[in-house]
Amino acid sequence: MSTVTLAAISAARRGHALGRTLLIAAAWLAFALLLLLPLYIVLSEALKQGLGTFFTALIEPDALSALKLTLIAVAISVPLNVVFGLAAAWCVSKYEFRGKSLLVTLIDLPFSVSPVIAGLIYVLLFGAQGFFGPWLQDRDIQIIFAVPGIVLATVFVTVPFVARELIPLMQEQGSQEEEAARLLGASGWQMFWHVTLPNIKWGLIYGVVLCTARAMGEFGAVSVVSGHIRGVTNTLPLHVEILYNEYNHVAAFSVASLLLALALCILLLKQWSESRLTRLKSNAAEE
Amino acid sequence: MSRRTSPVIPGFGLTLGYTLVYLSLLVLIPLGAMFAHAAQLSWAQFWAIVSAPRVVAALQLSFTTALFAALLNGIVGTLLAWVLVRYRFPGRKIIDAMIDLPFALPTAVAGIALTALYAPAGLVGQWAQALGFKIAYTPLGITLALTFVTLPFVVRTLQPVLEDIPREVEEAAACLGAKPWQVFRYVLVPAVLPAWLTGFALAFARGIGEYGSVIFIAGNMPMKTEILPLLIMVKLDQYDYRGATSIGVLMLVVSFVLLLLINLLQRRIEKR
Repeated sequence: MSTVTLAAISAARRGHALGRTLLIAAAWLAFALLLLLPLYIVLSEALKQGLGTFFTALIEPDALSALKLTLIAVAISVPLNVVFGLAAAWCVSKYEFRGKSLLVTLIDLPFSVSPVIAGLIYVLLFGAQGFFGPWLQDRDIQIIFAVPGIVLATVFVTVPFVARELIPLMQEQGSQEEEAARLLGASGWQMFWHVTLPNIKWGLIYGVVLCTARAMGEFGAVSVVSGHIRGVTNTLPLHVEILYNEYNHVAAFSVASLLLALALCILLLKQWSESRLTRLKSNAAEE
Repeated sequence: MSRRTSPVIPGFGLTLGYTLVYLSLLVLIPLGAMFAHAAQLSWAQFWAIVSAPRVVAALQLSFTTALFAALLNGIVGTLLAWVLVRYRFPGRKIIDAMIDLPFALPTAVAGIALTALYAPAGLVGQWAQALGFKIAYTPLGITLALTFVTLPFVVRTLQPVLEDIPREVEEAAACLGAKPWQVFRYVLVPAVLPAWLTGFALAFARGIGEYGSVIFIAGNMPMKTEILPLLIMVKLDQYDYRGATSIGVLMLVVSFVLLLLINLLQRRIEKR
């Protein structure tokens, strides 16, 4: 390289040094103002009256029953969407068929639907004035303003998470390993358990983590179908809303900080599975 | 259905069938039911509902706040993505990991935290009060809440694209005599623009539908600070199913159009 171009490069880099410092400072400032400040507020408001009131808010019966319902919603929606994600990713990544891109778009659909609409559609189907309303009433089955409605709404908003992580991953990996397993005499299930699953493990975990985060924190969709019956149809985010609207701010922020702690755990898990995933990919690239 | 299946890998019928049944039962039929419900109305009735002043005001508010939030994210998100990809500095890993916090944090928690922060007595709100303006309970507060919940979109769509641009390209441009702004305008902007637009559109679409983080900070005054999703809730609470359904259909059509645009953009990126 000639000295002229080297000089040009070093001049460009020197010019960058000041800009670089300014940009990093600006990024830190934006990060602190936009993300750290809200976190600080949640914790400081929760602990305003000391640890005693903080823990009382967490162990009162309504909070515990809200926690229980949130766990139920997560425990049903996550496994359902894991099975769906596996099936969807399998047929999209292993086969060619007409309408595949349409199918992928439909899988993503719940992401672009407002959570309030997610609740609304189930009210229109199963509510007292809904399509199945009279039929359900005759049989004394309640879906809306009851636990099944909350579970349904949660499942709806979390449909795409696992499929969305698995589809690109499995498309990238191709199907040679599965074909080899089959030709060596493995049955379909053996191939799935011993070849496919270990290959997609980290992508699957990543999808589950994202799915859990959304299932745990969903507010709009659940709010429409819940009816806000204390101790019966309240999830943790709805419980936060009720406490807040009752001007019980310390209790609201105490429950909120429990959800914040869970969100931070989710971020750690996500970071961990993501790093395993990139390591796996770079290993594959080296081979 | 014409298909080219791998002859040795089983499960095509099972997995495709399961996927279609699951999607139909949970997503397609319920969404279709909403359209069927709306189809019971005549065009005139539908139009009367969606052109009512209160609905139009809410639509305008949702659109403008989501637009400004997406624009703000387009700037702050680009800054964060650039700094995270190009520079190594103390705390980089923490910022990178925490960018996704708005997706992991329940929106209701974000809502009450931002309200406490920006309310007139809050940490930031009292400064605004001293300067003579209000943040919480105004469209500005709604915009800030939407900026928080949609922050990861632009950052996460830009990061991989920026990583793929080799530094040498910019240096080559500099060697050839390009000024820094020319490098920015003619080298970086064309390379990242499609991804930037995708992130922007995702943030915008999410902003229009967002509910949980907004209702606490909005104040929810009809005609002034009432967002479109909240109006659906209000109509449902009054057992006005027709009104709720019509607004729901309106919102869905808007999101379909946005989704279509996003897909077209992504296809253009993949073609490169």
